[in-house]
Amino acid sequence: MSILIHRNSRVMTQGITGNTGQFHTRASREYANGRACYVAGVHPKRAGENFEGIPIFASVRDAREKTGASVSVIYVPPAGAAGAILEAVEADLDLVICITEGIPVRDMIDVRDKMKKQKRRTLLLGPNCPGVITPEELKIGIMPGHIHKKGRVGVVSRSGTLTYEAVAQLTELGIGQSSAVGIGGDPVNGLKHVDILKLFNEDPETDAVIMIGEIGGSDEETAARWVKENMKKPVVGFIAGVTAPAGKRMGHAGAIISGGKGTAQEKLAVMEECGIKVTRNPAEMGKLLKSVLK
Amino acid sequence: MKIHEYQGKELFRKFGVVTPRGFPAFSVDEAVEAARKLGGSVWVVKAQIHAGGRGKGGGVKVAKSLDEVRERAQKILGMKLVTHQTGPQGQTVRRLLIEEGADIAKELYIGMVLDRVTQRVTLMASAEGGVDIEEVAAKHPEKIHKVSIDPESGLKESEAGDVARKIGIPEGSVGQATKLLQSLYRCYYETDASLAEVNPLILTRSGDVIALDSKLNFDDNALFRHPDIAALRDLDEEDPLEIEASKHELSYISLDGNLGCMVNGAGLAMATMDTIKLYGGEPANFLDVGGGATTERVTAAFKIMLSNAKVKGILVNIFGGIMKCDTIATGIVAAAREVNLSVPLVVRMKGTNEDLGKQILKASGLPIISADNMAQAGERAVAAVKGVAR
Repeated sequence: MSILIHRNSRVMTQGITGNTGQFHTRASREYANGRACYVAGVHPKRAGENFEGIPIFASVRDAREKTGASVSVIYVPPAGAAGAILEAVEADLDLVICITEGIPVRDMIDVRDKMKKQKRRTLLLGPNCPGVITPEELKIGIMPGHIHKKGRVGVVSRSGTLTYEAVAQLTELGIGQSSAVGIGGDPVNGLKHVDILKLFNEDPETDAVIMIGEIGGSDEETAARWVKENMKKPVVGFIAGVTAPAGKRMGHAGAIISGGKGTAQEKLAVMEECGIKVTRNPAEMGKLLKSVLK
Repeated sequence: MKIHEYQGKELFRKFGVVTPRGFPAFSVDEAVEAARKLGGSVWVVKAQIHAGGRGKGGGVKVAKSLDEVRERAQKILGMKLVTHQTGPQGQTVRRLLIEEGADIAKELYIGMVLDRVTQRVTLMASAEGGVDIEEVAAKHPEKIHKVSIDPESGLKESEAGDVARKIGIPEGSVGQATKLLQSLYRCYYETDASLAEVNPLILTRSGDVIALDSKLNFDDNALFRHPDIAALRDLDEEDPLEIEASKHELSYISLDGNLGCMVNGAGLAMATMDTIKLYGGEPANFLDVGGGATTERVTAAFKIMLSNAKVKGILVNIFGGIMKCDTIATGIVAAAREVNLSVPLVVRMKGTNEDLGKQILKASGLPIISADNMAQAGERAVAAVKGVAR
C-alpha cells in the first residue's frame, strides 16, 4: 500500500509535447514501474502521434477510454493549465497532479468553484507542486527518484526542494518512505496537509509522518488540530520561514505573512499544542522522525 | 504588483467606482495647474508612494488656496516619506495626486482579498474607516463584516446592500453604496487583482458614497493578460536589486543581515535562512535561483548578492536532485571567478555526482568551503563571516 499512487496506477501526461512535459515524462518512465504506468499523452491537435512510444490522444476522455488511465499529470503552461485541470476533472479521473507553476489565482478560484459545485470526486494535487512518489513503485512529478527508498514513513510538504531535503535525510538514516507528497505552494490549491494526513492515517503501510510547512495561510494549523483529534500515528514537523519578514512574498505565491497571520512561530506553537513534535532546525527533520519510531 | 493611488482611482472610475476628481502631478507647477483645472476652494495634496500610512507621515495635506497648493506640493515632492510600511529609510516622493476636497460626514472601510480557506474572494467592510484596519480586526473582529463572494455570480445586489446597511450607510445612500461595492468587485475580478482596499470610503454630508483612497495590488501571474496594468509598474518604488533579479528570473528579496544565501527552491531557501539564524548569523537576502542553476544565473545571483555592501560571506545550498553536482560546481566556480569573489563562500550541494562536484570546487584553487549538510553549511558560513573560518 501507499497513498494516492502505486505500481498499478495508469498515468497520462497533459502537456506531453512541451519540453518540460517530455523531460519529466521520460524521467518518470525510467523510474521503477514507470514503463508500465505511463500509458498516454494528451494534445488536442496531435492525436495519433506518439511520444517515444507513448500514444497521444486528443482529449483526456479519449485517453482514459482507450488506455484506462485514471491519473493525469499536467505540465501545460500557466495560461492553459486551469483549463487542463478542468478537462481532467470533467473526465472523472481519480487524481490530477498539476505541476505547472504560475497559474493566475482567479483561474484556480474558478476551477475549485466548479469542482465543488459539480460535486466532482477527482482529487487535485497542486498546482505548483513537485508531485507524488511511492518509492520503488511509481514517480509522478519532478522529484529526483534516486534519493527515495521504500519504507513506512509518509512525507507531506508545500515545497519541492525542502521535501527532497527531508526525504534525503530519512534515506541517509536508513528510513524509507511509503509515499512523499508535495501539495504545492499556491494559495488556491487542491489537497491540503490535512487531506494527505487523513490518507496516511488510513494507510496500513505508513507508521509515521513528517509534515513540512511554510509561512502563509493556516493549512498547517488546520492539519495540526485534526491530528490532535484523529491521528493514530506520530507526526513530526518543520515550518520554513521563521526568519521571513512580514509582507514580503518568499517565492511561492502563498508564502507571505500578511496582517500578522501565517507566521512560522504561530504555526509551530499550534503544532506543538496539538502533540506534533517540531524542530526549528531543518537539518534535523530526519533525526526527529527517527526519535518517534518505535 | 502594486500601483499608485491615482492609477488605482483611474481604474476605479473605469469600472464605475466613484472617486473624487483629481489629477496626478510630477512637479510643483503641474500641481498648481491641476488645482486650477479642478476649480473650487479646497484641495488635497497627496504623496504618491506605494506604502501605506502616508497621512500620518505627513504626506497628505489640505490646501485652501493655490498658493497653499504650491507650498504643500513643494514640501511633499522630493521628501523622504517615512511610514510604518516604508521602513526607517523612507521612500522618496516623486509623484503627487491633487484632488478636490471632500465634505466628509463619515469614514468607512471596504476591502477585498482572497480567503484561502474558502478559496473565494472575501469582501470585508467596517464602519471604522480611516484607521488601521488590522488593529480593528485584532481588537474588535465583530466590527468587520464579511461576505464570501461566489465567483460564478459575483457580488450580489442583496449582499452588497446588506453590507452597506451593516456599516451604517443611511437608507437613502444604500443604492449608491451597493453599486460602488459591486463595481469594486468587478474591478477586482476583471483586472486579476490580489487586493483592493478603500480606506476610507466616505459618506458625504449630501449623502454621496465616494472612494477617497484606493489601494490595488495585482496577481503577478496574471499580468500577461493585462498589458495595460503591467505598464503602470513604477520601478522607482521597487528595490533595484529585486528588479535586476527579476530580469534573470531569480526570486530575490533584500534583508538586513550580512550573510548572502543562494538556494534552489523557495521552501529550502527559507529553511536555509532559518538555519543561518539558528547558528547565530543573519541572512542578507532571500534568493531562490530556481530550477536551472546555470553558470549565467549563478553569476547573476552572485553579482546581485554582492552589490549589497553589507554582505560578508555567501552560503550556497543547492539540492540538485535531477541536476548534476558537477554541473552546479562548474557554474559556481565560473561565477566566483567572474565576480572576483573576495568574501568567504560556503557550498553545500546534494544530488547526483556529489563527490565529483566537490572535487571541482577543490581543484579550482578558490577558497571555497565545502559542507556535507545544511547544519554544517550554516555553522561554517556563520563562522566564516565572523572571521573564524576553519
